[in-house]
Amino acid sequence: MHVLYMVLIDPFVQMVSAPDLFIQTIWEGLVAGVLYALIALGFVLIFKASGVFNFAQGMMVVFAGLTLIAFQDMGLPAIVALAASIGVMYLLAFSIERVVLRPLVNQPDIILFMATFGITYLLIGFGEMIFGGEPKEVNTKAFWLPQGSIEFPVLGGFVQMQKIDIAAAIIAGLMIAALAFFFQKTRIGRALRAVADSHKAALSVGISLNQIWVIVWFAAGIVALVAGIMWGARSNVSFALQVVALKALPVLILGGFTSIPGAIIGGLIIGVGEKLGEFYWGPLMGGGIESWLAYFIALGFLLFRPQGLFGDKIIERI
Amino acid sequence: MFYREAGQFKTTYPSDMAVFPIAQDRIGLGLILAAAFILIPLFASDFILSSVMIPFLVFSLAAIGLNILTGYTGLISLGTGAFMGVGAYACYKLMTIFPGVNIIIWIISAGFFSALVGIIFGIPSLRIKGFYLAVATLAAQFFLQWCFVRIPWLYNYNASGAIEVGTRTLFGIPIVGPNATPEARYYVMLCIVVALTWIASNIVHGKIGRSWMAVRDMDIAAELMGIKLLDTKLLAFAVSSFYAGVAGACMMFLWYGGGEASDAFNINQSFLILFMVIIGGLGSLIGSFFGAAFISILPTVLKFGLPAIGIPLSGATAEHLIHILVGALIIFFLIVEPHGLARLWQIGKQKLRMWPFPY
Repeated sequence: MHVLYMVLIDPFVQMVSAPDLFIQTIWEGLVAGVLYALIALGFVLIFKASGVFNFAQGMMVVFAGLTLIAFQDMGLPAIVALAASIGVMYLLAFSIERVVLRPLVNQPDIILFMATFGITYLLIGFGEMIFGGEPKEVNTKAFWLPQGSIEFPVLGGFVQMQKIDIAAAIIAGLMIAALAFFFQKTRIGRALRAVADSHKAALSVGISLNQIWVIVWFAAGIVALVAGIMWGARSNVSFALQVVALKALPVLILGGFTSIPGAIIGGLIIGVGEKLGEFYWGPLMGGGIESWLAYFIALGFLLFRPQGLFGDKIIERI
Repeated sequence: MFYREAGQFKTTYPSDMAVFPIAQDRIGLGLILAAAFILIPLFASDFILSSVMIPFLVFSLAAIGLNILTGYTGLISLGTGAFMGVGAYACYKLMTIFPGVNIIIWIISAGFFSALVGIIFGIPSLRIKGFYLAVATLAAQFFLQWCFVRIPWLYNYNASGAIEVGTRTLFGIPIVGPNATPEARYYVMLCIVVALTWIASNIVHGKIGRSWMAVRDMDIAAELMGIKLLDTKLLAFAVSSFYAGVAGACMMFLWYGGGEASDAFNINQSFLILFMVIIGGLGSLIGSFFGAAFISILPTVLKFGLPAIGIPLSGATAEHLIHILVGALIIFFLIVEPHGLARLWQIGKQKLRMWPFPY
C-alpha cells in the first residue's frame, strides 16, 4: 500500500504543492529536449534522403563543436571561424559520400548502418588526434549569445531560466523553420523530398543521387554544428557527448525515423518525461533512472504505434 | 588441386545433407581442432594465451549468440553487452550461494538466467522491426547496466562494486581465480566454445534454424506457412541470450578473473560484438569466429605489431591510430565484401576447387 502511494500519488501531491518546482523541472526537460531534438534532426535528414541510419551523428556534433573551438583558438573572428567550420563540414560530407556511400550504394540497410560505425571510429580517432581528448569550452561571448539567467515569479515561487537556453530554443526554432522552408520551397528541397519518396523514381527524372547525398550530409553537418555550439555553450564539448547523443535514438523511435516534426516533438516529450521521471520517481528507485527511462517511454509508445508518432505507415506486402 | 570432391560419392541422404559434405573440410576441421587443443597450448606463451586466445574465444561465443539473433533470425540487437553482464552476475551469485557445486556448471547455468532476461526483452520484437527494434534493445542495455550498478545484492554488497573471483578447481586443478594458469583457463574456454558451437551448428541446420531463417527472410510469409512468430522469435532471443550469458560468465571468470563488472558490459561491448557479426558474415557460424578474430585481435596486433616493424607509437597516439585503422578497415571490408569475411572464405574455397584450371 505504501509503495503504491509513493509511486502513484505522492509524486503528484509534490507537483501540486510546489508548482514552481514542477514548472522548473518541465523547463529543464524542454531544454534537454531541444538538444535531443537537434541531434535527432540530423538523423532524420539523412535517413529520409538516403535510408542510412547514421550512427555517426552524435560524433559529428562533437567533431563540429571541436572544429569550431579549434578555429576560434587560432584567433579567428567568430564569423570566420563559423564559416570555416561549415566548410569543414562540407568537406566531411563530400568525402563521406565519395569514399563510403558511393561504393556501398544498393547494399542492405544494416551494411550502411555498419559503415557509419566505421565513420564514427574514424571521427573519434582523427578528432582526438587533432584536437586532443580533453573537454573544451565554446567562447559564447564571441557569438553574441547571452549569459546569466532570468527569474520569473510563478505561483508563489520562482522559475529560473538560463538565457542561453532560451537562445538555444529560439535558434533551434529558427533553424527548423529554415529547414522547412528549404524543403518545401526550394528546388533542391523538392529534389530531396523526391529522393526520400523513391530513389529509383528520382533517378529516372534526372536527380543526381550523389549530389543529393552530399547536400543532405552537409545539412546534417550544419545541424550538428549548431547542436555542438548549443551544447558547448551550456557545458563543455567532449567526446563523452557521444554517449548523450544516443538519447537521440529513443527520440527517433518516438517521433518516427522519417518525420522532422516528429523529431522535434519526440525530443521535447523525451526531455520532459525524463526530467520529470528522474525528479519525482527517481529517488524511489535509487536515482539515475535517466539513463534508461527515455528508452522505456519510447518503447511504451512503440507498442501502440510501431512506426512512431509521425512516421510513415509501414505497409508490408508478400 | 587437393581440395576437390571428385570421387566422393554420396549414397545416403544424411551424408548429402552433412554440414561438412567434403572430406577435406572434415580433415581441415580436425586439424584446426588438433592445433587448438595441442599445438597452441604447447607453443603459445602465457601472454598470447591469456590476452589473445581467451578473449578471441569469449568474443566468438558472444558473436555466435548475436549471429543467431541478427544473422539467422534478422532481429538486430544492441543489448548483447548487457545480456553478457546478466550471465556474469548470475554466475557470480550462483557461485557464492552454492559454493560446493563446480564452477563450470554455474557458467553454463548462468546462460539460462540470461536467456530468461532475453525473452523478457524480446517480447517487443513481435510488434516492432528493424532499426526500431535495435533502439528498443538499447532499453535492455541501459536498464540492465543500471541494475548492475544500483542493485548491490548482485555484487554481494561489495564496497567497490566489483566481482570477486575465488579459486575454483576441476579435478584438483585450479581453473578459475588467481591461481589458475592460462593453460587451464584456455582449455576450459576451448571446451565450452567447441561444445556450444557444435550445439549451435545443430540448431541452425535443423528445423529450428530453418524456421528462424524463414522469419528472417519474410516474417509474414513465414507466419502464413505455419511458423509461430512469437515462439520462433522468442526462442531466438532465448538461445542468443544464452550464448551471450555464457560468454559473459566466461569473460568475467576465465578472462578478467573478476573486477569492476558493470563497466565491462557497457554499450561499446554491444557494438563491438555487432561489428564482429557483420564483419564476419551475417548468418554464418564460421563468420562469427572470423569476426571475433578480426575485431578482438586487431587492436592487440596493432599495439604490439607496429612498434615491432619499426613504427614507434606512444600510448595516446596508438589509441587514436587504432581507432582510425579500425574505422578504416571496417569501411574497407564493407566495401570489398559486404557479406563479410565468411563470404570471402567461401569464394576462396570455390577458387581453390577450380584451381589450377578455372574453366
